[in-house]
Amino acid sequence: MAKYLLLKHYRGAPAPVNDVPMDQWTPEEISAHVRYMNDFAARLEKSGEFVDSQALTPEGSWVQYGGEGRPPVTDGPFAETKDLIADWMIIDVDSHERAVELAAELSAAPGAGGRPIHEWLEVRPFMNPHATVTDFADHCTGTAPAQE
Amino acid sequence: MDEALLRSLTPNVLTVLVRRGADFAAAEDAVQEALLEAVRVWPQDPPRDAKGWLVTVAWRKFLDQARADSARRRREDRVEEQPPPGPAPSVDDTLHLYFLCAHPSLTPSSAVALTLRAVGGLTTRQIAQACLVPEATMAQRISRAKRTVSGVRFDQPGDVATVLRVLYLVFNEGYSGDVDLAAEAIRLTRQLAAAIDHPEVAGLLALMLLHHARRAARTAPDGSLVPLAEQDRGRWDTRMIAEGVEILQAALAHDRLGEFQAQAAVAALHADAPRAEETDWVQIVEWYDELVRLTDSPVARLNRAVAVGEADGPRAGLAALAELDASLPRHTAVAAHLHERDGDLTTAARLYAEAAQKAPNLAERDHLTRQAARLNTLLRP
Repeated sequence: MAKYLLLKHYRGAPAPVNDVPMDQWTPEEISAHVRYMNDFAARLEKSGEFVDSQALTPEGSWVQYGGEGRPPVTDGPFAETKDLIADWMIIDVDSHERAVELAAELSAAPGAGGRPIHEWLEVRPFMNPHATVTDFADHCTGTAPAQE
Repeated sequence: MDEALLRSLTPNVLTVLVRRGADFAAAEDAVQEALLEAVRVWPQDPPRDAKGWLVTVAWRKFLDQARADSARRRREDRVEEQPPPGPAPSVDDTLHLYFLCAHPSLTPSSAVALTLRAVGGLTTRQIAQACLVPEATMAQRISRAKRTVSGVRFDQPGDVATVLRVLYLVFNEGYSGDVDLAAEAIRLTRQLAAAIDHPEVAGLLALMLLHHARRAARTAPDGSLVPLAEQDRGRWDTRMIAEGVEILQAALAHDRLGEFQAQAAVAALHADAPRAEETDWVQIVEWYDELVRLTDSPVARLNRAVAVGEADGPRAGLAALAELDASLPRHTAVAAHLHERDGDLTTAARLYAEAAQKAPNLAERDHLTRQAARLNTLLRP
């Protein structure tokens, strides 16, 4: 009933426990990692909680309006950005506890030595576009709380 | 083709199949297929007896599937061609269907999805669009829900309160995609009210109607929220309000008050005021007192603080608010409003901005941000 974004960072997140760059793993360890991620997504689809999963390239650029009649201003790659998003998964779950539980499961993906990476993931709730019907009903403020 | 008629027949057709001995999950699949076929066939070839057509087609689908299953399992089970007569479905069957779909073993989102499909007759795709999840995810959610309740006896009586909670959730989902879930919730609650004489079912129906009647006035053309006091009351649906009030009065006459009746009573008092200034806040506070007594909910207390602020002045409202946990959702928004009423615009502006940061949805966030901006503009020298 509530959507959450599970965010994974290329950089910007605190260091994980099992902090070995992927290119230092064995090919089998990489395969095991990928399999874990795919199985996780498939399991969420089965449980009726999967919404979307996407990855982003590390390379990108800054773009800005260039003014009337001028081309857009571009800059990049954004070398100085401290925070860089790698990929995300969107889930639709019944509670915040469930979102945290799933993020922890995702963070247990195996890395070097087949041991869990303990990667830090960011869990962010989505904002609904509209207010629920009864939320705003009864008070002049437009700030009345929902009856739940 | 009359889609409303088609969907209103869903629970009836489903219970016929279950009465004939089909298990719930298989029967539900068969009915869904029959509905899809009806959508395909009826525009060219409308049936004389819509329900009879659906039962026949759904039963055939069920048999086909049962045969395919038994062939696959290389079982010798003979499936009866002729349906066993079985007792005719009754009003109670409809009720049992509601109970099953809201069974306490289901998570809220599963109960909502199953109710919309098995009782509401919506397709998986429509439910997925309304809940903004992929169709495959919704299909899995529904089939899991059916597995979860597969061991529950169909004719087991359940708790009406669990059903009402699910319908209330559906109502609050609002609408996206091509299905208006608020209207759908009203339809399902109306159908339930016809099957059972229960003051809280009537109370919930009245509450939904009274809120729904104000829907057109609740948002501006640009999508922004319009607070109750600023709504164009000429745009309220007076017929729907009259119906809600009548249903509520009949429910209250049972003298078995419950939370939905109390909420509906508050909504009715708002609906009754020709202008915002004529709102009977004293009575509204009394209904919130009832609601607090019935539910002991902090949310009811927060609502009460706003009402007290109107009935006895903002200072009294702030005093009531001070007794509540400040971490409650919308606590800051209420504080902002009461401080503004009290004339402390600087504090109000700061609290509106803070409340916007904590808002649970975009519409509210934008509204609160606008409130903060409005006051800051006034305060600028």
